[in-house]
Amino acid sequence: MFESWDAVGLARAQFAFTMSFHIVFPAFSIGLASYLAVLEALWLWTGREVFINLFNYWLKIFAVAFGMGVVSGIVMSYQFGTNWSVFSDKTGPVIGPLMAYEVLTAFFLEAGFLGVMLFGLERVGHRLHFLATLMVAIGTLISAFWILSANSWMQTPAGYAVNADGQFVPADWLKLIFNPSFPYRIVHMVLAAYLTTALVVSAVGAFHLWRDSHQAGARVMFSMAMWMATLVGPIQILAGDQHGLNTLEHQPAKVMAMEGHYQSHNDGAPLILFGLPDQQAGQVRYPIEIPKLSSLILKHALDAPLKGLDTVPRQDWPPVPITFWSFRIMVGLGFLIFGLGLLSLWERWRGRLYESRLLHAFAVAMGPAGFVAVLAGWITTETGRQPFTVYGLLRTADAASPLAAPAVSSSLIAFVVVYFIVFAAGVTYILRLMAHPPLHGEQGPPGDIPARAAGITPAVAAVTKGETE
Amino acid sequence: MSVSFDVATIWAFIIAFAVFVYVVMDGFDLGLGILFPLFPEKSDRDVIMNSVAPVWDGNETWLVLGGGGLMAAFPLAYSVLMPALYTPIIAMLIGLVFRGVAFEFRWRTTQVERNRWDLAFAGGSSVAALAQGIALGAILQGIHVEGRHYAGGWWDWLTPFTVLTGVSLVAGYALLGATWLVMKTEGGLRDKAYRLSWLLLFAMLGAIGAVSIATPFLHVQYAQRWFTWPNLILTAPVPIAVAAVTIMLLRSLAARQDYRPFFLSLALFALSYAGLGISMYPYIVPQSITIWQAASPERSQIFMLFGVAVLVPLILGYTAWAYWVFRGKVKPESGYH
Repeated sequence: MFESWDAVGLARAQFAFTMSFHIVFPAFSIGLASYLAVLEALWLWTGREVFINLFNYWLKIFAVAFGMGVVSGIVMSYQFGTNWSVFSDKTGPVIGPLMAYEVLTAFFLEAGFLGVMLFGLERVGHRLHFLATLMVAIGTLISAFWILSANSWMQTPAGYAVNADGQFVPADWLKLIFNPSFPYRIVHMVLAAYLTTALVVSAVGAFHLWRDSHQAGARVMFSMAMWMATLVGPIQILAGDQHGLNTLEHQPAKVMAMEGHYQSHNDGAPLILFGLPDQQAGQVRYPIEIPKLSSLILKHALDAPLKGLDTVPRQDWPPVPITFWSFRIMVGLGFLIFGLGLLSLWERWRGRLYESRLLHAFAVAMGPAGFVAVLAGWITTETGRQPFTVYGLLRTADAASPLAAPAVSSSLIAFVVVYFIVFAAGVTYILRLMAHPPLHGEQGPPGDIPARAAGITPAVAAVTKGETE
Repeated sequence: MSVSFDVATIWAFIIAFAVFVYVVMDGFDLGLGILFPLFPEKSDRDVIMNSVAPVWDGNETWLVLGGGGLMAAFPLAYSVLMPALYTPIIAMLIGLVFRGVAFEFRWRTTQVERNRWDLAFAGGSSVAALAQGIALGAILQGIHVEGRHYAGGWWDWLTPFTVLTGVSLVAGYALLGATWLVMKTEGGLRDKAYRLSWLLLFAMLGAIGAVSIATPFLHVQYAQRWFTWPNLILTAPVPIAVAAVTIMLLRSLAARQDYRPFFLSLALFALSYAGLGISMYPYIVPQSITIWQAASPERSQIFMLFGVAVLVPLILGYTAWAYWVFRGKVKPESGYH
């Protein structure tokens, strides 16, 4: 993966490791925050008890996942400086403000209303509590907006100039924020977050339906999640296709790596389904390919010529094997999600949504698929951008901090050990919460004892009852 | 020392403000972690945790604003300071990971494992506080810069002075934590918090004294800043105010006024912080990079200034609301089961 384990290689490994751990949690909490807002809205609107039970059930899981997202996110916000100081100095004037806006418009909104969302239902009244839930959900989406804008700028830089110190400086904020790949990336990522959450919710629902197909909460969550997979699965495939065409326009070398096209094809390029990319030799060994299909997908013409990496200077090649395989994992999972949606539609139509063992087994197996697909997608796009940090302008090798290798290897080992302990525990606790079905009278997160104590006194219980029925 | 109000200076104040709000808000919350081992009872620990559970991650968001804002407004300073402070920053981040997850994890498990997360909360908080204090000392003592890069080694941050500032900040945060408990709790827990507050106040005063004496010896510029005429007009009120606040704090502890000690402790922090500002201005990396040399172009700073002007008051507003929702004493679990 890296030519040698020098300080830059170690810094890349550390960033890849901490980022991969981090992205899992936002991907889940973006989707889950929206789902919680929908559940609470349905509860307020219909008054059905099952919705508040589901809300409290998923709120506890959200609290654990969100906490892990926060702490792993703080690490990210400092790592730009600790390990990528040259990058920070050069791009700070351009992407720094985007991240500052992320903090101001999103992180504070989420954190400010999270406490009320978690512990405040009996303290502030139902409407104000719903507002808090809504603010947290909106906060997660605003956060995605800014951070994806910053990332997209690194992929497809626009609206900038370069000053005497070699820094990128803003020339046109609108062009900079809405840079060419941003609209595609944000749609693709937010849909991915929704699908990821839907897959987790459906897996939990299916798990409990397997044991008791009449469990009310499990039925509602499973049905809701399956609608999401059915409707958004195909939309995501279309969005991904559009994103790919955008990449072809702005980062052709990345698409060449994704497709495994070391060679140019003048009369229609084949779609390589599988094969073993050999970076040294510059070819894909043992390819299984469909003639001309790649040209059809990317250029909408069977005989359209398609350039390969042989038109790109060797020192600008991305590492093809990683990009090639991670792309296939993402696409493969995308089609499996699509298949799950179709199967659920069929079973729903036959009236067997809550009884079909095949569907439930499939859904449980697909529970983690969203996370894997999100990680594979990010590995594709980030590895495909190499050897640049800012595409075409700043090389990764020139972006790192002037640190000694022992400093970086110590911190890398520390992060690996700590993250495995902490996040293994967190995932265990989440799975333990998921192992119980959502119950009648499900309680929210523990913590605010006065509110909990008040919740079981007769007077408040009566009010709650009045609201729910 | 004259202060001109260009955009870079305004941003220096904004970053300073963000860092200060962080110290105010996360200080007591880290302090609770530092004091945690002194409260072995589970019921006490539950109350301590509950007193900050709804607000802790809002508190830590100010740290993200400080870091992100520094990168955006003073990218050169960010890119020099972070590698220079590599080890303390990484230690702080790992400490914050442990203490942050403990808030949720300790409710999700059995007694034995809960004790481990309580240890993670205490250890993580202490390490984070110590690392922040060390980082502060390392900045004050000066950083080796060549061109646009940090040029020192990866152990430069460790000196007797930085250990002093590290321990001082731990004592200071513990004082904030103790006075927070005085304000938020009742009964035996509050009595113990009062006793700790006395002890920690003297520790904090000793720390302020030691750092104040040591700092002028670091650089002749610091001594000139503090002890030459006419700067004395500006600097002399700081120690006088420290003395006045200390007297008020001692009185409020003696009179057992639950709310005042916390806010007076914050006032001590504010004065110490102002003292730091006086020492450092106009450098952002002392003695090598000024705020103007480190500043991003005006177009970046002004773009963000709009956001800060509108959003920070809004943020302070809804943060205050969240604190208001969870105001008052946190009741122990007695009689609940």
